[in-house]
Amino acid sequence: MEQQNSQYAIETRKLHIFYGDFQAVKDINLQIERNRITAIIGPSGCGKSTVLRAFNRMNDFVPSAHATGEVLYHDQNINDPSVDAVQLRRMIGMVFQKPNPFPKSIYDNIAWGAKVNGFRGNTDELVEETLRSAALWDEVKDDLKKSALALSGGQQQRLCIARALAVRPEIILMDEPCSALDPIATLKIEDLMRELSQNYTIIIVTHNMQQAARASDFTSFFTMDTDRAGVMVEFNETAKIFTKPKDQRTEDYITGRFG
Amino acid sequence: MSQPANHLFSALTSDEAKQVVHQRHARAKLARAIFRIATLLAVIFLATLLVTILNKSMGYVVVKNKVDPATLANQPLTQLTNTELAEILRANLRKNRVRTLEREGFLEDQSHSTLVQLVEAEVVQPEVVDSYNLIPSLLNRRQITTTAATEYPGAKVEFRYWLNGQFLSSTMASQPELAGVRSALIGSLYLIIITIVIAFPIGVGAAIYLEEYASHKSRINRVIQTNIDNLAGVPSIVYGILGLALFVRTLQPLTSGAIFGVEGQNGRTILSAGLTMALLVLPILIINAQEAIRAVPDSLRQASYGLGATRWQTIWSHVLPNALPGILTGTILAVSRAIGETAPLIVVGASTFITSDPSGPFSSFTALPIQIYSWTTRPQPAFQHIAAAAILVLLIALLSLNAAAILLRNRFAKRV
Repeated sequence: MEQQNSQYAIETRKLHIFYGDFQAVKDINLQIERNRITAIIGPSGCGKSTVLRAFNRMNDFVPSAHATGEVLYHDQNINDPSVDAVQLRRMIGMVFQKPNPFPKSIYDNIAWGAKVNGFRGNTDELVEETLRSAALWDEVKDDLKKSALALSGGQQQRLCIARALAVRPEIILMDEPCSALDPIATLKIEDLMRELSQNYTIIIVTHNMQQAARASDFTSFFTMDTDRAGVMVEFNETAKIFTKPKDQRTEDYITGRFG
Repeated sequence: MSQPANHLFSALTSDEAKQVVHQRHARAKLARAIFRIATLLAVIFLATLLVTILNKSMGYVVVKNKVDPATLANQPLTQLTNTELAEILRANLRKNRVRTLEREGFLEDQSHSTLVQLVEAEVVQPEVVDSYNLIPSLLNRRQITTTAATEYPGAKVEFRYWLNGQFLSSTMASQPELAGVRSALIGSLYLIIITIVIAFPIGVGAAIYLEEYASHKSRINRVIQTNIDNLAGVPSIVYGILGLALFVRTLQPLTSGAIFGVEGQNGRTILSAGLTMALLVLPILIINAQEAIRAVPDSLRQASYGLGATRWQTIWSHVLPNALPGILTGTILAVSRAIGETAPLIVVGASTFITSDPSGPFSSFTALPIQIYSWTTRPQPAFQHIAAAAILVLLIALLSLNAAAILLRNRFAKRV
């Protein structure tokens, strides 16, 4: 197994996450393939976002949260105290559920993240390049000095993706990035994800099963166990999960018979 | 509720429904009336305050000159030459006084306006023998003139704004006509500057620590938080006593400036008072800054951390800029409190009678509220008038400070 590690972008082994005494997820064993889109689906409260946030230690900001087990990234357990979370987040970017651009200009939104990461090159070029890769350049190229808050929700979310790209991460985590967007904006984001997957590993948490089916290469199905802790039921190629699920619970969920 | 669905349609027109609606409207009307009365009362109180102060700060005065200027010369004083004015001074003042005045040079060599002022103050010596408030001045004008003519023959009745240029530019004096607020105003401004310079960075720093760094679960931090909340309500005289013990007495070498080579001062300096005021406003500042920092949406912090920013980069670039308008609002409140506080200043030893302007942080000093307090305790009516004028100065100073802070706040708030 050790030799195979490098083929995965991220791998979890026996990952348990707790909020205080409450166990949020238990025994997660996931292998995320490089330069692929992996979707995590499942009902509300099953710990999808919790697991996603464990990949770049955003759970550190929840005072009661703690994790056991391993999250391996470049053969290193990122829960190890020797790993610097700030450095980790520069390698593993994140896009949030609600578009959250900084209340600054479009230009500054992108330039800021690069600046704090020690970017020394031509900022104008970086802004154009990242906005192009986020498929936003043509819409905003004349308004770079305008406030990012003046953009529409879909544009804001693409700006947030561009902002994450400007830091040049290896992995992009997306936490229900389309849940606040209309169907057209959603499709644009999905197209963008497909583009980006050539260069980046993408992990997306979504409520929307069609989205997982359309946009992802691999799908992981989570559900709640009897003790309300989240468990991973099944993990496979997306096509197999949606056509020939192995587990009855997966089938119930994707056919809408859940709950 | 158990009625069938089509009950909804008749519900709009039935008598029973009309009665329900009527009752609801009546309740709403009552609530609105109560709130309106509350607002009205507040406006009335404020108006009464302003009217009282304005009423006292201007009105007719009966001025009687000790020496009639007409007996000194047959022209108005301002049209006399320097030589003539100097002669008048020499003829009417005692030799010693003339010698004192000439210490810096001959009387003739001083400026014309100085000489006129000297003649006015030292020879003519106008004295306010009677004074009236604004409202009686406007209503009973004729009666005032006749009373003045019978009771004080030879006196002149004139309308006086007690808040005038002379009042602003003179220092303290024992006669109300000559007294002014310059040293008190400068003292108050010094005090405010020292207070802000000390309290603002400490207050914002403490708020940042408590909101962004401190764990809310730790018992010590909870104790600190509770203490800060309670300190905001501690009576100001208690801070005065603390300032007296700590800054005036214990830290005397520092607050008197002795370790900086300033001599001849005790600890009762502007610096002591400023430090005491800073302590007094610190809890208010911290609480307001905390509120402002807490109001910055968490999504911004998450976005920043998600990009690999450190805690300090997040605070400096996102939390503070977005909290700044709120922090400045808190500072306005704190400054308003500090500029009007009297009790702690009395305790730490503000002078009620001082004729020199403060020259630095190690000067003894007076401040506007102290001056107002000292004047209102005097029995002569003219002191009441200049106290009212000083209150106006205090209010105007306060409003301009706040206006400046609000302009600053709007500039920051509009930056995006």
